[in-house]
Amino acid sequence: MTSPQGVRAQGVGASLLRKEDARFLHGRGRYVADITLPGMLEVAFLRSPVAHARLLGMTKPEGAAERVFTFADLDGVGHIRAVSGLPGFRISEQPVLATDKLRHVGEAIAACVAPSRACAEDLVAACVLDYEELPVVSDMLSAGLPGTALVHEHWSQNAFLETTRQDDLSELDAIAAAKVTRRLRTSRQCMAPLEGRGVLVEWDPRLEQLIVTTSTQMPHVSRTGLAEILGLDEGQVRVIAPDVGGGFGYKGILLPEEVVCAHLAIRLGRPVRWIEDRLEHLTANANCREHHYIVTAWADAGGRLLGAEVDATVDAGAYSSYPFGACLEAAQIGSIFPGPYTLPKFSFRTVSACTNKPPILPYRGVARTGVCYALETTMDALARKLGISATAIRLANLVPPEAMPYRNLVGKVFDSGDYPEALRRAMASVDLAGIRARQAAGECVGFGLAVFCEQGAHGTSVYAGWGVPIVPGFEQATARFSPDGVLEIRTGVHSHGQGMETTLAQVAHEVLGVETARVRVVHGDTALTPYSTGTWGSRGAVMAGGAVAEACRLLGERALAIGAALLQAEPGAVELSGGAIRRRDGGAAVTLAEIARTWYRQPQNLARDVDKGGLEVIAGYRPDPDTGTHSYACHAVTLRVDRDTGEVAIEDYLVVEDGGTLLNPMIVDGQVLGGVAQGIGTALYEEMPFDAAGQPLAGSLADYLLPGATEVPDIRLDHMETPSPWTRFGQKGIGESGAIGPPAAIVNAINDALHRFGAEVLDLPATPARVLAALEAAR
Amino acid sequence: MKPAAFTYARPADWPEALALLGGGARAQAGGQSLGPMMNLRLAQPGAVADLRHLPGFAGVTVTGATCRIGAGTTHAAIEDGAVPGLLGRILAGVARRIAYRAVRNRGTIGGSFSHADPAADWVAVLPVFMGEAIAFGPAGERRIPLDGFLRGLFETALAPDELLRAIELPLLPAGTRWGHWKFCRKPGEFSKATACVLAVPGAPVRAVLAALDTPPLVIADAGALLLAAPEAEAARIVAGLGPLEPWRAALARTALQRAGLAAREDA
Repeated sequence: MTSPQGVRAQGVGASLLRKEDARFLHGRGRYVADITLPGMLEVAFLRSPVAHARLLGMTKPEGAAERVFTFADLDGVGHIRAVSGLPGFRISEQPVLATDKLRHVGEAIAACVAPSRACAEDLVAACVLDYEELPVVSDMLSAGLPGTALVHEHWSQNAFLETTRQDDLSELDAIAAAKVTRRLRTSRQCMAPLEGRGVLVEWDPRLEQLIVTTSTQMPHVSRTGLAEILGLDEGQVRVIAPDVGGGFGYKGILLPEEVVCAHLAIRLGRPVRWIEDRLEHLTANANCREHHYIVTAWADAGGRLLGAEVDATVDAGAYSSYPFGACLEAAQIGSIFPGPYTLPKFSFRTVSACTNKPPILPYRGVARTGVCYALETTMDALARKLGISATAIRLANLVPPEAMPYRNLVGKVFDSGDYPEALRRAMASVDLAGIRARQAAGECVGFGLAVFCEQGAHGTSVYAGWGVPIVPGFEQATARFSPDGVLEIRTGVHSHGQGMETTLAQVAHEVLGVETARVRVVHGDTALTPYSTGTWGSRGAVMAGGAVAEACRLLGERALAIGAALLQAEPGAVELSGGAIRRRDGGAAVTLAEIARTWYRQPQNLARDVDKGGLEVIAGYRPDPDTGTHSYACHAVTLRVDRDTGEVAIEDYLVVEDGGTLLNPMIVDGQVLGGVAQGIGTALYEEMPFDAAGQPLAGSLADYLLPGATEVPDIRLDHMETPSPWTRFGQKGIGESGAIGPPAAIVNAINDALHRFGAEVLDLPATPARVLAALEAAR
Repeated sequence: MKPAAFTYARPADWPEALALLGGGARAQAGGQSLGPMMNLRLAQPGAVADLRHLPGFAGVTVTGATCRIGAGTTHAAIEDGAVPGLLGRILAGVARRIAYRAVRNRGTIGGSFSHADPAADWVAVLPVFMGEAIAFGPAGERRIPLDGFLRGLFETALAPDELLRAIELPLLPAGTRWGHWKFCRKPGEFSKATACVLAVPGAPVRAVLAALDTPPLVIADAGALLLAAPEAEAARIVAGLGPLEPWRAALARTALQRAGLAAREDA
């Protein structure tokens, strides 16, 4: 991409190669486990072998009293409390090490400290646990039944929260041309980032400060949480997130392990490190996606939705995690179930069930992946019943472009876009007639669709309503010139795969014209960056992008005033362009680098009335309104089902996506592709089964199947670009989108292939066992 | 996931290896099963005897009509053609589908066979051949028919003081037909059903059905699997296995049918 001047385009919209890739591709990335400090101790945790028990005691190995620590040893450390402001929320107290009860397999009971991890694990093995097993609450659907054991005994039932909405649906049976009811289930998953969690803590006695190097998506939130629970001033906690090998929500949390390691670093006066291993990840932290739905929907003969009723249960596990809490998923189901459609009537009941499983965390797409699955498979079931096409029923219900911005019946506001066009573009690129001909010839092939929209970068007004411990406000960024003219951008979000070291530099280039090679994006350190709630909710491009643009705009104004003085011109007679302040009459110019040198090193040349703020600006940004952008997409899948093995082979995967103005289309492509790969995992592979005793049954990646290069097909991408009217450049949050559509589109395609045989898959993932069982049931 | 403390020994010759075994050491070849088990502390041997440097542990020799494959021969070597002729082509095809190349570079045929994981590839294939396992113990070498080597889940006919030294297989004549099918959805996943069919001219057709959480089933007269419609025979064999989950039984039937079909079409 070159401009008329022959300079490679670097601003908003350029597919600039990623600045950070030189580091990553040459193996120079630096993760927590790459960092060692002199005198460092390693921690291994003794974890609960059972799902529910009364903890009677733990005998430390002989002579290990000062190397093995239980909660009783942690003076002054509080419990983790993530309280939702939603009415009726039941509060869980999560001890950072178990106190009197064990509430899920893998819950940490004691921290064992040794010079090496192997020796620390030896200590774990030598600890003797005494516990009395209790009846296990392993199934979210029976968790609320009378007589069930209570996970938290002071509660009246095993539920964090129940939410409802009631419309009058009583007439629908009489007037609807079709009514369908489906019972659908999604499985519990592990998020499985390449890098697990890890934390290294040292105590700096000079600064009286903890330096917490941790694999997190939200360093500032971790800092606040740590300071609160440890009883320290926030200034005594510095959180550094170095390179982070994938987040996906798994690292948007204050960890019990972080709290324990921080306490031990102070107590022992030595650096303390814990690195999560894959066994811990799989068995102690299977913590996302487990939903159950009973959906009923009514439509008229043309496929227009008349109403829907949803009874949704989410297995939220044993505790409410900090900061997002236990109800983010279930409570959102009510508000996002109407999807991209103009649904006229809607009732729901959602339950955040409390069970003896690891606490739920929001995984890429959060509740949307499950909701999209429930809604879009129901749409197909309605279409089949009505004898109309999957395309027709969607076109009959999608919010039309002329209705934008559109407020739906639960108050979600869609900012912009042409949802039907995304579907039409997908269908124009698919040979549906060919698929139908193959079906007629007896081939077990199928075609499936999923259309959805994703609210991203939602801000203060949305989160204040949910009452969770973090409410994002004005996102801030710092822009400043170094004396050598390098532009430094400081941001409180963290980039761990999103390419923000590149895209934020592009934003800065767009505003100031500084070459991206001379823009340095600093992130991942609370000592260096402005406060931010961090990277989550598809918010980086919109929020940090907007903040960087605003900081650069203000920095440009400062530079312009200095430049005008140097050019002996009135400010109105000069302009900022191409990285320099130029006289509008085409005369002299002074580069931003020269202006920086003047401010720092030749201040004698500054005008007397120069802005004393100099060349460093911190600015805040929030879209107005801040209810969030809505990207949207249509996923279209063609696949084959092997009726003998139940195996599914994806033949074609198409994504038509609208993320508004794309800051860097290549990076957006990467985000969508990675999301789709994870969505394929949800659809076909990933499942952590638990037995009735609450034991996780997949202990290695030979049992917990992740899609790899051989399982992910080539994915075709097509972008629409409808700017959001509410954001700085028209960009929309899109980071999670790819992971939302695949389960719905893939299972719709499977069911399109199977319905001629009377079979229908309802539960995720659609494993060979489930597909064969569906075929068997239809026999 | 760090192993408990253990001592490591690298025996220089077979008697020394046996002595270590007698002292309670666990034998290790490629370490692709034992290593993870030790990391997970599912296995906690006090001592490990690393056999990889024993003379003759790896390598393939052909004498007359018999091919002797050293127990320490890696899957990768077999994949790359260490075994000659038609037999080599067949074994290379099996080796190629074992886990990932990184595993194949270290994992060995003898290590895998004597580990006797019911889902392992060699466990599901070797018993089809009219060959022998060569055990080495205090009394010297002992020959065990391949279809009698596996005694149960993770159980073999090896005595506690014996090591597997080699696998001997008959070279295969022209006209031999072969079919092999296993079900796993991605490389590295354990098979959920494996079958192979071997039709040597002039000999009864043999088949193995394996990876069903039971020891492999050797079918000594599997000719019916080569017929145009093997469904009934496959169903009969699977029904004889005892209770299986329906989907697993369906996979087992499919494995036999598809291995049979592949052998039928093998020219």
